[in-house]
Amino acid sequence: MSDSIATRKPTPILDIADVSKVFPLNGRPIHALKDVNLQIHKGEFICLIGASGCGKSTLLRIMGGFEPVSTGSARMYHAPIQAPGPERGMVFQDYGLFPWLTVRENIAFGPKQRGLPAARLKEISDRFVNMVGLGKFAEHFPNQLSGGMKQRVSIARALANDCEVLLMDEPFGALDALTREVLQQELLDIWEKTKLTVIFVTHAVEEAVLLADRVVVMTAGPGRVERDYRIPLDRPRCITDPAFNLVRRELTEMLSSHVSLPKAA
Amino acid sequence: MSTSTLDTSARAVAAPARPAAPAPKLPAAEFAMPAQPGALQRWLSRWVVPALLPLALLVAWDLAVRWSGTMLVPSPKEVAITLWDFAFGGIYDDAFSETLATHWLQSMARVYGAFALAAAAGIPLGMVIGKNAAIRRVVDPTLQMLRPVPVTAWLPLSMIFFGVGPNAAIFLVFLGAFFPIVINTAFGVKSVEVRLFEAAAMLGCSGTSMFRQVVLPAALPSIFNGLRLGHGIAWFLIVVGEMTGVPEGLGAAIMDGRMLSRTDIVISGMVVIGFTGFVTDRLLVALNNRLLKWSPQHNV
Repeated sequence: MSDSIATRKPTPILDIADVSKVFPLNGRPIHALKDVNLQIHKGEFICLIGASGCGKSTLLRIMGGFEPVSTGSARMYHAPIQAPGPERGMVFQDYGLFPWLTVRENIAFGPKQRGLPAARLKEISDRFVNMVGLGKFAEHFPNQLSGGMKQRVSIARALANDCEVLLMDEPFGALDALTREVLQQELLDIWEKTKLTVIFVTHAVEEAVLLADRVVVMTAGPGRVERDYRIPLDRPRCITDPAFNLVRRELTEMLSSHVSLPKAA
Repeated sequence: MSTSTLDTSARAVAAPARPAAPAPKLPAAEFAMPAQPGALQRWLSRWVVPALLPLALLVAWDLAVRWSGTMLVPSPKEVAITLWDFAFGGIYDDAFSETLATHWLQSMARVYGAFALAAAAGIPLGMVIGKNAAIRRVVDPTLQMLRPVPVTAWLPLSMIFFGVGPNAAIFLVFLGAFFPIVINTAFGVKSVEVRLFEAAAMLGCSGTSMFRQVVLPAALPSIFNGLRLGHGIAWFLIVVGEMTGVPEGLGAAIMDGRMLSRTDIVISGMVVIGFTGFVTDRLLVALNNRLLKWSPQHNV
């Protein structure tokens, strides 16, 4: 209340303040993250990008509540993030689907935990199965689906549980190029329709430029936020547009100037 | 991989229908599925192929008896006649005639009773051991030390504990089935992917609900492996258990047959045990396939 700055700016949905994360590895401490500050506002599409080992996935897992911070604080709407919860839906690179549940049951898993009646579960699962174009596969098991279809289920599962923030850990990294393009487009459509807040970890520059409002560039050893870069392009974006290419090159240079560093060290 | 095919089909479904083109000129055969095995071929591979080896063994047994001229081993035909008399009587009318049902039911009751006890004790204990590292450290070394001891070596002790009689046999079966059930259940629970717990937690699942909705289904394939192994051992042990001081049961009948030099009865008992074990295993497999239809690698 007394904080005048807080009243001037909208409250960030996620507030990462001075976060450090230290893992013990073979008895030695490893700084996965050091003094990371990041504020994310409602409805933003953020990409976390950086070489492997820069802590981008760790940062995402802290936001998800899967890892505690070592120092600093991670908050959602002022409340410290302490555990995973339905308001922060996570989409894993390896899907994390329940292999013994059908597509429909996987999607209804979250709503079922809230004790909704069967009719309501059916309604919700129908809606989200169709939203991700898997109507014909509703009664299939994950083992019977392709990687792209599994990731659609994983996204639908988080959405069906009314998440406000969608945390995505290299979700399209294991998919073939064609499927990836289709899913990127579908994700943008969903994001525009639902006005979700999306935090998307990737190491593909093109993907970040295509999707993000802001790209957070991270560097390794210890993991830090190097740049917070707003993509100066209107939507819808086209990867063959010369302006797109310029942004991509700029971002690539930002990244590659750091990738070679650890060798000298 | 077949994954890409599936994905294109998904996209084809999502794409707006193309304007109806003139009927394709290509011959229908171009679109035909890869040749399916014919009905005869399927029938052969389902019923005839699995029966070939048993039939060949029967023939080999018969020939071996004829050629060697032995009087100690009966031929398959003699065993078949004895088995009929053992079951329905009317041929020899001796002490064994018409007693098969009694022996068989006694053994089945002991085997399935002890097996059910082993499952009832082994599955919960295995789950606790698999889930809780502290309990695992306490229990596991003992379990691993007891496991290599052949269960048959417990027979003398078992007779001291439970007296000469069926209870000693039941204890043996229980012990023999218990170890594979506990150990496989514990393994299944311990190796549930961490990712699944994370996904469930993220979706609002916790506590006992997590156990029922994640741990139990994820460990089910291992639990079934344990049950099948335990069941196989159960039949093995009931015969050993019934050989001493038990009046009725297939093991007792086999032992009596041996003492009276009735090798045909011994083999009849073996046939009945083999057949019963086979049928029960098929039932377990059918249940396994029904409950685990989501997991292609566990469909036996």
